[in-house]
Amino acid sequence: MLSFNGLVAVCVLYVVFLFGIAFLAEKRAAEGRARWLNSPITYTLSLSIYTTAWTFYGAVGSAVRNGLEFLTIYLGPTLIFIGWFWLLRKMVRIGRAQRITSIADMISSRYGKSGGVAALVTLLAVIGATPYIALQLQSVTLSFSVFVRPGALGAPDTEQTAIWVAAGLALFTIIFGTRSLDVNERHPGLVSAIALEAIVKLAAILAVGIFVVWGVADGPANMLARIEASPVSQTGWNGARWLGLTVLAGAAILCLPRMFQVLVVENSDERHLATAGWAFPLYLMLISVFVVPIAVVGLEMFGSDANPDLFVLTVPLGMGQDGLALLVFLGGFSAATSMVIVAALALSTMLANHIIVPFWLRLTRHDDPMSGDMRRVALMARRLSITGVMFLGYGYYRLSGGADALADIGLIAFLGVAQILPALLGGILWRGATRVGAALGIGAGFLIWAWLLLIPNVAETGGVMPQMLIDGPFGLVWLSPVTPLGLQATDPLLTAMVLSLGVNTFLFIFGSLVSFPSPLERLQGAQFVNVYDHSQPLYGWQGASGAADDLLIMAQRILGTSRAGRLFQTAAEAQGRISGVPEPTPDFLERLERELAGSVGAATAHAMVAQIVGGASVSVRDLLAVADETAQIMEYSTQLEAKSEELAQTAARLQEVNAKLTALSLQKDAFLSQISHELRTPMTSIRSFSEILMQPDGIDAAARTRFSRIIHDETVRLTRLLDDLLDLSVLENGRVTLHEAEARLSDVLDRAIHAAGAQADGRLIIRRDPDAEAVTLWTDPDRLAQVFINLISNAQKYCDAPAPELTISVRQMPGRLQVEFADNGSGIPKRQQALIFEKFARADTAKGAPGAGLGLAISREIMARLGGGLSYVPSEQGTRFRVRLPGRTRRAA
Amino acid sequence: MARRLFLERRTYRQNRLQDAARLLPVLGLVLVFAPVFIRGEAAQVEVGGPDLADWLVYYFSVWLGLIVLTAFVSRALTRSKGAETPPSQPGPEGG
Repeated sequence: MLSFNGLVAVCVLYVVFLFGIAFLAEKRAAEGRARWLNSPITYTLSLSIYTTAWTFYGAVGSAVRNGLEFLTIYLGPTLIFIGWFWLLRKMVRIGRAQRITSIADMISSRYGKSGGVAALVTLLAVIGATPYIALQLQSVTLSFSVFVRPGALGAPDTEQTAIWVAAGLALFTIIFGTRSLDVNERHPGLVSAIALEAIVKLAAILAVGIFVVWGVADGPANMLARIEASPVSQTGWNGARWLGLTVLAGAAILCLPRMFQVLVVENSDERHLATAGWAFPLYLMLISVFVVPIAVVGLEMFGSDANPDLFVLTVPLGMGQDGLALLVFLGGFSAATSMVIVAALALSTMLANHIIVPFWLRLTRHDDPMSGDMRRVALMARRLSITGVMFLGYGYYRLSGGADALADIGLIAFLGVAQILPALLGGILWRGATRVGAALGIGAGFLIWAWLLLIPNVAETGGVMPQMLIDGPFGLVWLSPVTPLGLQATDPLLTAMVLSLGVNTFLFIFGSLVSFPSPLERLQGAQFVNVYDHSQPLYGWQGASGAADDLLIMAQRILGTSRAGRLFQTAAEAQGRISGVPEPTPDFLERLERELAGSVGAATAHAMVAQIVGGASVSVRDLLAVADETAQIMEYSTQLEAKSEELAQTAARLQEVNAKLTALSLQKDAFLSQISHELRTPMTSIRSFSEILMQPDGIDAAARTRFSRIIHDETVRLTRLLDDLLDLSVLENGRVTLHEAEARLSDVLDRAIHAAGAQADGRLIIRRDPDAEAVTLWTDPDRLAQVFINLISNAQKYCDAPAPELTISVRQMPGRLQVEFADNGSGIPKRQQALIFEKFARADTAKGAPGAGLGLAISREIMARLGGGLSYVPSEQGTRFRVRLPGRTRRAA
Repeated sequence: MARRLFLERRTYRQNRLQDAARLLPVLGLVLVFAPVFIRGEAAQVEVGGPDLADWLVYYFSVWLGLIVLTAFVSRALTRSKGAETPPSQPGPEGG
């Protein structure tokens, strides 16, 4: 007989071995070399977490009490699995196509990503699973105690055992369940460990069975005879229970979160279902084939007083088969631990994704669920959830104090999660199913189940049965869980099952029929029900050199050949490969996703990578995220477009200015040559006449006077030219002093016409409007006259009409006065209109005439100083200048 | 797209194989639940009916038979790659 310490040592060794296997599997998977991980056998073995310690030990007890009834727990799943082609295949395909992470995610995805429904399912699952985890802890501690002191139930320190087991399981789950947020949500280390545990389980129960049939009894025939003689044969038979439990077990295997995790989420190849379809029922059959023989032999050995739930362990112990008993102990340990690990993983995924992270998002108003920051939050939420679930299970175990009532919790938990079944089946088979129906059905079923079964069981486990539960709340007897609706239920489980599932299904269908689904819900409904039309089957993922090639092609398209090549080369070298493409490990995929996200946005990158690696179709959620991103990019590009248009406009303006500058520069050159010519002509005559005057003889007085006059005239011309230049310079620098005074416009015009010598000349006819000119102005009359003179003399000089005319019109405008000078010449060519006000500018038509091209520039400066303006008015014919005067004018009294 | 009335022999066989796969659970249901209607309320040892041991043998025979049948059909399905081309099932338009 092993000592307690010895047993602990064996356990620790076994756990270390499991850790080793898990680590190895993770390493091999990361290198892409774990073929056995991707085999249908591993898949089938991982499904065996269905057989928990409850069935491992409890089936024999059930056989002693209820005969063949324990078979229903295995026959239900068998019926589901032999029909894999019909239902399971569809679930797995949907799970892959929609990247489902849990049963709650499945339901919420189908019903329009409803967060409320997901939270409801999560709540249901956690409430259902907590006592179940407690049950596993109980079975481990119980087996511990039995092993150490056969026959007795009190072990040295069961509490300590339970807490160590719970902590160890939490650690294992955290290490192998939350290493990273894999694109595929798969956990190779964990799956390989539970596959190994499945083998230990099966080997243990088969070994005991073989020992019993061929060691204790004398072969199968003798065994059958012993069964006929045994009290087991006298047990009753309840057809309704047989039916009900089979259906319940069938529903449970579809709805249990842990089963969904291994069945759908961890599935890596749809073809594995074809194997699991017969191999899993075979596993269940092998697990249960020796149950009755063990029960019979146990009854023979210990009588009906002993605890039949532990016959699997006590029979080999009683026969002195310590090695065999140790194997059984490890089998039971495996059954309990593998269930708890996967349940904790599945529940933590649901808790994190549907309760903690949404809550955190709402709290922090985080807007990018794809960022690395968010991933850390999700991982941390999962780790916390695992610890929380374990703690809940352990707490419930402590509260129950190992009560017998805990044993009933297995079927109660089954019925709890079975409330998901109508919404699940309806969701994948009926497009008309809606969120309202699902929420109503699950909610009502959940309440009925909790009231009729869970609460009484918890109360019983806790050792207190409040009167309210017996008499019904508020004295309403028909509400009492003991006699619901006044039914004298002989079997509370079956009654609760009919009531909860019945109401659930009715409300689900009724709610779906009368409500109207949202567009997203309808879309998802079509995607789920017609999943085969929208998706490709997934055939394996780890021998994924094909996927890596596809990734490279995609990356090249997006990043460009050289950059993608460099990225893949670096990754391949980091993985220790000299050449070729790297394995698509999670690390590499994450990096690739980040790189791609820089070009196409995070959501798009994620959808693209997932589609290639995970074989998932692009979900509506992805599309929405992609649409958001695209909208952002489009807005950005619109902004860019606007900017570039602005730039183009600026460039055009610059070009215009440049052209003007070039023209000006040319004009300037022309002016310089002109001014040199202008200066040179008088200079030449001044010089030559001075030279003549310098000669001492031969010049008479008349000639001398004539020559002196010429010299004088030329000097005056020069002075005027220089005055103009000085005048302009003074005006431009703003240092001019204005002598403002009252003046009549008509006087100013008279003076200007006179000064220009227009009337004396007689060539130019000037038309005026004396009435309009009778305006009194507040201005600098001299300067204004200077402007008018300039305009009139321009007309004199440049008007090329045979009979030149100048019309001076005055118009009174609100707040200002407008004086227009229009001649009947050919006007100024369009391309020179912009230049005429520039210094030194001279229009082509003015080429032949004298002048330095300063007049208009000076005039414009003067008008600006006077608070008005001078502009050229383009017109059909003739040159038209407009002088604007400020409104400080008064009509003459 | 109109469904063709007559299919090739191979496709026809595949479709029937899929029918068989879908009908297997029905067979299972009948075999598993039949005893509910045959076996009475209590054990019928006294009147000489089948004993619990006989029912045990019956169930395990049925179980094994179903497993073998499923294995056979599943293998045939994967071999013919029938799993890849299921007939499209246009569900009732929900929306």
